[in-house]
Amino acid sequence: MWHRDFDPRGWDAVIIPGGFSYGDWLRAGAIAARTEAVERIADCIDRGIPVLGICNGFQILVEAGLLPGALLPNESGRFVCRWVKLVARDPRGPWLKLVEDGQVLTMPVAHAEGRYVAADPRGIEGAPRIHYLDGWNPNGSEMNIAGVGSRNGEVLGLMPHPERAVDRVLCPRGFEPSGRIIFESLASSLREGW
Amino acid sequence: MITSKKGVRDPEGEAIHRQLVLKKGYDRVKGVRAGKYLLFLVDEEDPQRALSYVRELCEKLRIYNPVVHDIEVRIHS
Repeated sequence: MWHRDFDPRGWDAVIIPGGFSYGDWLRAGAIAARTEAVERIADCIDRGIPVLGICNGFQILVEAGLLPGALLPNESGRFVCRWVKLVARDPRGPWLKLVEDGQVLTMPVAHAEGRYVAADPRGIEGAPRIHYLDGWNPNGSEMNIAGVGSRNGEVLGLMPHPERAVDRVLCPRGFEPSGRIIFESLASSLREGW
Repeated sequence: MITSKKGVRDPEGEAIHRQLVLKKGYDRVKGVRAGKYLLFLVDEEDPQRALSYVRELCEKLRIYNPVVHDIEVRIHS
């Protein structure tokens, strides 16, 4: 849906997808974060509607102050596009309902500005988190952070792309289509709660 | 002028420092920080009012990210 047409009424959940917004000028997500669509998404969050930000969507949520921290240019200074191994910590909420603590997930990343910096590491302690496994951090993120959620997990943002890891035919050898569990979690949550 | 806060790693500044400045012997340079420079042309007679106008918009529109950046606003004429 085009952002100008976004009317939050009548939706069970909101996903801000990856890609680019406003050419990534200023900082990735910084201009999109000030649009009316994102103000409406902030209202959705207040009403307890699940919101997921993937890649540029995560950058937008962070720039809007809806998730903690900041995402800076990769340590390498380059765009990275590769499959990575991840581990979920303190999973909860509609997006991670079916994920177990310590579960390993594999998905691809594709970004230039994914180096997570926490304003205050205590701010994300206990919040649902997705970390790169040791040796798989592609961008120099602090604490190997690949994704972070709000305390109750209703808002989640992550740099890796779960939607590109939903079918085995999309996975290189050694990786699993584990992005699927995020969408299966949402389906289950919307049916039975979270 | 937008720069990374102290303590936030700045790989671009570090590469310029290590790979260019120090390699060519300018070893009195103890650090380089890369940043971003924006020039605002403001229709305002009074320089101080122009300054506070731009300061305000930098805060409200989050021209910098206070989590990781410092900002310095000054008059350029």
